[in-house]
Amino acid sequence: MNLTYIDWLIMLLYFVFVLGIGFALKRFMKTSKDFFLAGRALPAWICGLAFISANLGAQEVIGMGASGAKYGIVTSQFYWIGAIPAMAFVGVFMMPFYYGSKARSVPEFLRLRFDEKTRAWNACTFAVMTVFSSGISMYAMARLIQTLHIFDGLFRDLGLPLDWIFHFAIILSAVIVLCYIFLGGLTSAIYNEVLQFFLIVAGFVPLVWVGLKNIGGWHGLRAALPRSYLHSWHGMSNPHTNPLGVDWFGLVAGLGFVLSFGYWCTDFLVIQTAMAANSEESARRVPLIAAIPKMFFPFLVILPGLIAIATPVVTRNVMHQVAPVGLSASSAGNAEYLNAGKGLIPPKVDPVTGKIMLDSHGQPVLDYDLAIPNMLLHYFPTGILGLGLTALLASFMSGMAGNVTAFNTVWTYDLYQSYLHKGDRDEHYLKVGRWTTVVGILISMGTAYVVLGFNNIMDTLQLVFSIVNAPLFATFLLGMFWKRTTGNAAFTGLVSGTLAAVLHHGLTLPANDHVGIHGGWIHVVHYYPSAMALNFWQAIFAFSVNFALTVLISLFTKPRPEGELVGLVYSLTPKPVEHHMAWYARPSVIAIILLTMLVGLNFIFR
Amino acid sequence: MSLDLRVPMGLMFLIVGAILSLYGAVTHGSAIYDRSAGMDINLIWGLAMLVFGTTMFIFGRRADKHPPAPPVEGTSRPMGHGH
Repeated sequence: MNLTYIDWLIMLLYFVFVLGIGFALKRFMKTSKDFFLAGRALPAWICGLAFISANLGAQEVIGMGASGAKYGIVTSQFYWIGAIPAMAFVGVFMMPFYYGSKARSVPEFLRLRFDEKTRAWNACTFAVMTVFSSGISMYAMARLIQTLHIFDGLFRDLGLPLDWIFHFAIILSAVIVLCYIFLGGLTSAIYNEVLQFFLIVAGFVPLVWVGLKNIGGWHGLRAALPRSYLHSWHGMSNPHTNPLGVDWFGLVAGLGFVLSFGYWCTDFLVIQTAMAANSEESARRVPLIAAIPKMFFPFLVILPGLIAIATPVVTRNVMHQVAPVGLSASSAGNAEYLNAGKGLIPPKVDPVTGKIMLDSHGQPVLDYDLAIPNMLLHYFPTGILGLGLTALLASFMSGMAGNVTAFNTVWTYDLYQSYLHKGDRDEHYLKVGRWTTVVGILISMGTAYVVLGFNNIMDTLQLVFSIVNAPLFATFLLGMFWKRTTGNAAFTGLVSGTLAAVLHHGLTLPANDHVGIHGGWIHVVHYYPSAMALNFWQAIFAFSVNFALTVLISLFTKPRPEGELVGLVYSLTPKPVEHHMAWYARPSVIAIILLTMLVGLNFIFR
Repeated sequence: MSLDLRVPMGLMFLIVGAILSLYGAVTHGSAIYDRSAGMDINLIWGLAMLVFGTTMFIFGRRADKHPPAPPVEGTSRPMGHGH
């Protein structure tokens, strides 16, 4: 990669501002509330943009571009059906309970509504998952920096060995994230997420613009792609006639209901940004504000994947995999290698033999993860290339930071203050929170190196996340909307739902996969057409088990007196006052507008 | 919180925008723009960012000088007493 001083200058400026914001915020961090909850004083638009950025890590950006190149516009359903209804629901119905109950975290809400054991289960699983996620993010960033040879020129000039780039990337990101969270807590994390939001927009709008212009606009794109690439409902009546391998019911119920509501309505990583808003009214607007850019993000992060496929095959300005030892980057430029690629997507090369990897049909395996990076390298001249790379770096860092602050809060309030060290002064917990940042980042770094050493650790961790998250939403739904739900029932349901997910995974397998980490490790009783189908159905299954058991056990256990549940259950809580708001500013009206727009987008790309 | 994000963010986009558009003006017509469909994307996008950054910065500074009234609390309702 040929970066010039102008690209370096832009990256450097970003780092200066990130750290500067941290230092500027330091003097406002007086109490633990300032540090963990941003003083509950931020305006709705800031929290709203942070709400979607928290989820828009660079792995997400790279992954969405990759899926866009692989499957086409249907990938947008992760941003449409898989987000918008859930965001509208959490804003209109659930936020009054999260914010109004004065709970400081999602696990703490579970203690208020249910009991200690439900909270402890949620707090422990969540804390473990967040530090590991942050570690995976760190690993992915270091790998990308290595693959794109961003620091190669710099290291060569300084006479340092190129092997150190991975360590350098890990330490650099760790130190920067550590500094700004240690200084400014959640406020710092949220401010940087907003900064990242604007950087992604600033970096990707010109990318899509230049890309589309080059291939002849929308018509050129349509002409260059297979027809199914621009239709999201094509062949959805049968799992075998569409690239995702799921039918419409699996997509709507699995992704659109269980997984999406489970994530957007219960994951403290995103909910923490809404809880930092300056009033209940603002907190309710946070997810609704977030839903608007969310709906249009496919045109920024998925469309480049499609353009990468549609761009005529080229030799120059694109990057390939990390060149394996003994195989120089230029030898990969031979004719065979080029013909195996598709547009800007190169084929995968076996790191041992240096040969192009082939699938079971003899077709080359494509390295879709390079769709977005190659788009940047192909279409951006030096200058704006620095901006594009800064946007990617920013999203890695803020992805990590969101996880670290969520870990801080849950560890300090829900585990340390609740079980290990009760009743100390507030300054003590502020101090503990600050040092938890250091510990959290150290564990993340450890995770990054473990992932480096054992390839399938990353698959394992992601599998664990999907299993733990699958049943969660049933517990919150019943807790908030059925006053009869009891603590014992919620706990038993949640644990059984998780076990049901484990069991389902052990008994089923995606077709074309081997028994093991991908499923079927007990005994294969059912084959799914794709890994995605397995994941969706596993969520539906875990949710249903949790839901049914919680209802059943609640009917046989003693409910809490209604007086204790005011502010925690829908039917016992006065409805939020809305009459002073203009009609168009009311959450329910905004939610209806959002859903109408969602239907419209699906109609256009049907 | 008395640090309005629009001030540092506006400043950052303002500076980056200025650098990009200056660089774009200096390299105007250079062969490096072949890859961006012939457009001097540094100049065009640099100017756009400059305008965005300046607007953010001005609004942020203005809000700092006139702090807004505290937002209306949507609801305040009694909590259960059993926790």
